[in-house]
Amino acid sequence: MVSRPDDAVSAAQGGGPLTADPKLPPTAVDAAVSEAEDRKWTPAKIALWSAIALLGGVAWFMLAIVRGETVNAIWFVFASVCTYLIAYRFYSKVIERLITKPDDRRATPAEYKADGKDYVRTDRNVLFGHHFAAIAGAGPLVGPVIAAQMGYLPGTMWIILGVVFAGAVQDYLVMFFSMRRGGRSLGQMAREELGVIGGTAALVATLLIMVIIVAILALVVVNALGESPWGVFSVGTTIPIALFMGVYLRYLRPGKVMEVSLIGFVLLMAAIIGGGAVAGTEWGAAMFHLDKVTIAWGLIIYGFIAAILPVWLLLAPRDYLSTFMKIGVIGMLAVAIIVVRPEINVPAFSEFASRDNGPVFSGALFPFLFVTIACGALSGFHALIASGTTPKLIEKERQTRFIGYGGMLMESFVAIMALVAALSIDRGIYFAMNAPAALTGGTVETAAVWVNSLGLSGVNLTPDMLAQTAKDVGEQSIISRSGGAPTLAVGLAHIMQQFIGGPAMMAFWYHFAIMFEALFILTAVDAGTRVARFMLQDSIGNVIPKFKEHSWRIGAWLTTAVMVAAWGAVLMMGVTDPLGGINTLLPLFGISNQLLAAIALSVCMAIAAKRGSFKYLWIIVVPLAFAAVVTITASFQKIFATTPAVGYFANNAAFSKALADGKTSFGSAKTQAAMEAVVRNTMIQGILSIVFVVLSLIVIVAAILATIKAFRDHSAGMPMVDNEDRPRASRVFAPAGLIPTPSERELMAKWDELPADQRLGKAGHH
Amino acid sequence: MGAGAVGFRGFATYFKGIMGADAYTKYLEHHNASGHAEAPMTEREFWRDRTDRQDSNPQGRCC
Repeated sequence: MVSRPDDAVSAAQGGGPLTADPKLPPTAVDAAVSEAEDRKWTPAKIALWSAIALLGGVAWFMLAIVRGETVNAIWFVFASVCTYLIAYRFYSKVIERLITKPDDRRATPAEYKADGKDYVRTDRNVLFGHHFAAIAGAGPLVGPVIAAQMGYLPGTMWIILGVVFAGAVQDYLVMFFSMRRGGRSLGQMAREELGVIGGTAALVATLLIMVIIVAILALVVVNALGESPWGVFSVGTTIPIALFMGVYLRYLRPGKVMEVSLIGFVLLMAAIIGGGAVAGTEWGAAMFHLDKVTIAWGLIIYGFIAAILPVWLLLAPRDYLSTFMKIGVIGMLAVAIIVVRPEINVPAFSEFASRDNGPVFSGALFPFLFVTIACGALSGFHALIASGTTPKLIEKERQTRFIGYGGMLMESFVAIMALVAALSIDRGIYFAMNAPAALTGGTVETAAVWVNSLGLSGVNLTPDMLAQTAKDVGEQSIISRSGGAPTLAVGLAHIMQQFIGGPAMMAFWYHFAIMFEALFILTAVDAGTRVARFMLQDSIGNVIPKFKEHSWRIGAWLTTAVMVAAWGAVLMMGVTDPLGGINTLLPLFGISNQLLAAIALSVCMAIAAKRGSFKYLWIIVVPLAFAAVVTITASFQKIFATTPAVGYFANNAAFSKALADGKTSFGSAKTQAAMEAVVRNTMIQGILSIVFVVLSLIVIVAAILATIKAFRDHSAGMPMVDNEDRPRASRVFAPAGLIPTPSERELMAKWDELPADQRLGKAGHH
Repeated sequence: MGAGAVGFRGFATYFKGIMGADAYTKYLEHHNASGHAEAPMTEREFWRDRTDRQDSNPQGRCC
């Protein structure tokens, strides 16, 4: 028998806040009935789950044990999907039973705060798609590509096991706890649960992390568009397209979202095709051939203007475009991978898996693989989305498992597809594309010589192969196009052309991929700057109250400028870094993202402890401990490592010493100015690492103290004070998951019989 | 044919929901159900209000 946390409250029949309206059918399936349904194993059910387990087992066996010359991509699909299904069916139910304990008799914020605008009950399947579109962006497309340096197995295992035991758990818990609190944000929950110090540290950490994440996403775009006239043209065109859509929606045909998205989509396709034509002309190539520094400046100016423009003009229309593309592209990629089933000839563990000096990202497998792949396995940023918009739209409490846990499994699958796409290209080309120019030398000849000198098994790269690939995708060069996006685009073009269009379409697919990644990132940059600006305004507002007035233009512009300057500085540092930008900054991205995850899990741990779930706290403690150990180890290595390739300060010292010795070139820095840049950059990166880790430790310690206090209070029999909104009886019913169970169907039928005017919760509302 | 059309319509409705294109319909539903005295916002007013509120209440997008 499942005990429900609110049974005590409503135990007195006809009393309590959760007493249902006797005129309505039940608002929840009886706990004992759903329990019995869960426990009843019919032969068909046993056969189905045995088949899933068997297929998953075979797929893992093919990936991890057999390891032939090549491995077919379909095994990645089977291994991941079967694992997700089993984790969803069994593990997420354990979490539901032991930690969250949802109660469908309780109204959700979308019901008791319903306003038709922000708080709207939304069909669970629609909300699943909506939430997925909000959490999935460029992150899961970038990390796995870069992590492919280590071979396919470490990345695959971390993406799949990480999501099951950490990422999806975090998303689910944060969403559920936020829902119980009327959709409060992670920052507000941290303050409530951890007190002023823990709460403030969480807030400052969130702000800093936001800056880093925006900067590094921007760096990915800059690297993808540098010296690519086609890319610059087609991505640049998205801005006037979005402006047009904004005006269309505001003045011409308000509310015609699907119509304008279709128009926008057609214009986007035209921009991609037109980009090829423009880049083919002499003037086009001259005009849109921009170096990375220029593009970075363009992006900084764009970021500032975009963040102060009204939402309707640029952000809202681009959001529509980006959602439209996201769902379409991801669906298409899944179909293409299943249809094409590319053979992958990357080893399970590459030559770099046991070393700490890989050219794509430096550092050993532990901990750096686990920070390189953040989104897709465990992404702290999701905690900001899962607290906020989505909890205000949930119809019934038990749906949080499907939307929160299930939504994150979907994102993990995107990461697996990105990994497959990156693995499907030739390994030699992969390294030539992802190593910094300081190593590849920047030309096809030097790059081929360098890649062949790595001694990778089965790799024999010729300059011709590099030149031909560049030509196929319509670029002048693909050497040292680090950042993940171009590699993914080549992989995607490689798979998609076998599916639609043949080799002639490769250039189109490449720029299509670059375009949609840039689209996600530009939206994230714009929205991230806005959110950060508001956080800064509120913080300054504590000292100078005028800043709290969000409509105060000068204040808004000043704080926007500060935030843009902050991420712009980090971006510029990455673009001009002689060591190759992505190589040094990506770890910082992953570390900060997962420190945010550690913060979110800490808050969840404190909340779960206050609810008295001590026995099962390991469900949260295990991923929290893992995230904390990984990120803190990674930070410590970045801070204290004596290998210059890994440690920021070791690098700083090496370059400072070289400068002091009067050397004019050192390592990959060929000039004194470049050496000074390295000294400056490593110092900033080192200090940022220290700040992050200190802030996160404060939050984790605060959460541990709150947990211990809750344990003591609990043992002393003191009543728990939780910060949930007070329970209110629900007046609606909807099934919890994708497919309604028999008992849910029965209830739905009862609700369908109800006259329409009684069905919607007619609360006394004016 | 029939099943295909139904399937397509279902998908279109679903996709619309994900995009948030049905927000005004849902607002009207809410408005009518909750028995407000005043008239609901027009479609134009609703969408204006929606984006203008986002100006002062920004939401992050994920990476």
